[in-house]
Amino acid sequence: MPERKLIVPDKKLISRRSALKLAGAGAAAATMGPGFMRYAQAQSSEPIRIGFQVHKTGIGAAYGKWYEQTTNAAVKLINEAGGIGGRPVEIVAEDDATDPGRGAEVVEKFATQHKCDVAFGTLFSHVVMGSAPRAGELKIPYFVVSEGHHVASGKLNRYTFQPGITDVRSQVISMAPWIAKNLGKKVTMIFPDFAFGYDHRDYFSAAIKAQGGEVNALIPIPPTETSFSRYFAQIPSGTEVIYHVMVGPAVLTFVKELGEFYGSNHPPLFGFIDSLEAVSLKSPGLEFLEGSYFWEAYPRNAGAKPADADTFYRGKVGVDQYGSSVSDPNDVSTYSHMFGCWETLYIIKQAMEAAGYKGPDDRAKLIEAAEAITTIPEGNEHPQGDKVFNGKIHQVFGHQNITQVKGGVGELVYRTTIEEGMYEPEADYTAMPL
Amino acid sequence: MAFFPHLLLALLEGTVAAAVLALSALGLSLVFGVMRVVNVAHGEFFMLGAMLAWFVAKMAPGGPAVGFLAALIVAPLLVGALAFVTERLLLRRINYDPEATIVATIGLMFVIQQLALSVFGADAKAVPAPFSYRIALPWFGFSGYKLFVVVASVALLLGVWWVLAKTKLGLIMRVTQFDRETATAFGIPVNQVYSAVFVAGAALVAIAAVLIVPIQQAHYLMGLDPLLMSFIVVIIGGLGSIKGSVIAAVIIGLSDGVISIFFSPTLASIIATLAVALVLVFRPQGLFGVPAR
Repeated sequence: MPERKLIVPDKKLISRRSALKLAGAGAAAATMGPGFMRYAQAQSSEPIRIGFQVHKTGIGAAYGKWYEQTTNAAVKLINEAGGIGGRPVEIVAEDDATDPGRGAEVVEKFATQHKCDVAFGTLFSHVVMGSAPRAGELKIPYFVVSEGHHVASGKLNRYTFQPGITDVRSQVISMAPWIAKNLGKKVTMIFPDFAFGYDHRDYFSAAIKAQGGEVNALIPIPPTETSFSRYFAQIPSGTEVIYHVMVGPAVLTFVKELGEFYGSNHPPLFGFIDSLEAVSLKSPGLEFLEGSYFWEAYPRNAGAKPADADTFYRGKVGVDQYGSSVSDPNDVSTYSHMFGCWETLYIIKQAMEAAGYKGPDDRAKLIEAAEAITTIPEGNEHPQGDKVFNGKIHQVFGHQNITQVKGGVGELVYRTTIEEGMYEPEADYTAMPL
Repeated sequence: MAFFPHLLLALLEGTVAAAVLALSALGLSLVFGVMRVVNVAHGEFFMLGAMLAWFVAKMAPGGPAVGFLAALIVAPLLVGALAFVTERLLLRRINYDPEATIVATIGLMFVIQQLALSVFGADAKAVPAPFSYRIALPWFGFSGYKLFVVVASVALLLGVWWVLAKTKLGLIMRVTQFDRETATAFGIPVNQVYSAVFVAGAALVAIAAVLIVPIQQAHYLMGLDPLLMSFIVVIIGGLGSIKGSVIAAVIIGLSDGVISIFFSPTLASIIATLAVALVLVFRPQGLFGVPAR
């Protein structure tokens, strides 16, 4: 193993725009005389409060920990660079226990009790589904980092956005052509038996059909399951590819038992890294994954030639080139999801500054400014890559990656274009009243 | 897959499920039977045992087998010690009142769960099996360690049965179970017996956890499943009847294996839960239980 290295470039992060704004504000205040000065000062230094709905406990806790670490790193950086519109950012974190009922309460607390400007951060799709309606009622902008298709589906509301991470539908349709071309056309799907799994089931089935392939068996698995061998008997013998996407604490058992069931002689495996987020690919029992393929939104292995932005991002979040914590190599991050927090915070910053956001009265302007975003360039603010945002469906689209496990490390074999993940929008939130 | 290998897998999985059930229910059955109190924190003792197994395996030098053996000693000792403290500070204070015990142990359950979250973290932890041997059948492979769990479970059950049926300690426990007041009148230190039984119940479930965790994963929320399944087993088998618990575990385990392979795992859960309801309606004391006195 090469030495664990970290490069922390010390760039001056203050952007030209915020620098100009600060200078402008100072000049304006100066011209208004000493009486006005104090007020302007007070207003400009009052922090922007971002309610952070985080899975500190419950089945999403492994993700929550890393979402929090990434969020704190991004906020620190934003504040060092002058905050948002010259005002510092303050994170108000509340645990939602990965529970939809509790999630709605947390959003309500942000809006009424903590007086937050916006809410942000949720991952698990059922929590988003449970919380978004409340955010809509309270008219508090709600930025989720969930990857579910629910935002783009049009089922939520004008106040809910997903600007930092691509949705499942886009992810799976961009994978299908590569799978059909390189692995096989008869696919058995193993997926969790709830909304997130159904997005995979429905959109992948359609996408592989479009490639001349077929899904020859669907194996839904209840999210609380702890033993899996019995499901593997349902995999038909003619299967050319096993497609797996699992979430929750039992994922490792799932992969281990798949290995025991098949031994070395198995159909090619294509998995979503969700099956192994926060889990080391070198864990005991995972040897049989060697050679198998994974979708990763953002490969946890930096590879031989990482982009500068990637190195910068890893350094700030505290993650090494294998996607593990710098302080403990066994503490593996949720690398393919947590970047969404970082990028979403920069989108919030961008939208607030574009809207000239002053306070909750400007929320409608903020929504419109966020909807007006189109292309997002790659860089330190968006290290996963450039993206396209569709304001009508409040959903961002980015590049996806396919890695192959070699020596217990995922090596990049293919990176999709953004266009490969595009689909016709089904909704138009901008037509809804604010 | 053809019918025979399908059935074979179903029976293998069912046997393992039965062993896991019997192992996790054993401690609860003992406590429930002798003390007539419900320990809702039973599942958390299981979780602690699993977490300790992970911790010891991580710390122990010399490979998974050493770690496993060390955990088999450390986990029941520490979990037993915690149970001892619980019994002294909690159960004895509320005088083993059945309702108060339920509430108190629910509280304990949350305390242990959140402590485990703070100390060990939220991610699921893999514990290596002491040996890894894959039994390669012509149709599919099966984990050799899973079969070891079955053997170990049978051995542990026989051991507990032997203590209860053949030793003086067992006699004292049975007498206490039969009639607490008469036992006191005959000079049996009932409080100490309760203490011992509660500690033994916790130590047994910790051993069960060390055995089972290599085929699952250690996670701070893992206690719920063994708690529910143990209740189902104990209710169907009959209060305080180890024999009943074992038979209930075999019935539920095997039917679960077969039904979930040939039909669906959800149907298997429905049938198991329905069985509990039917037993409660038609034979409230359970298959092998004696009506409470």
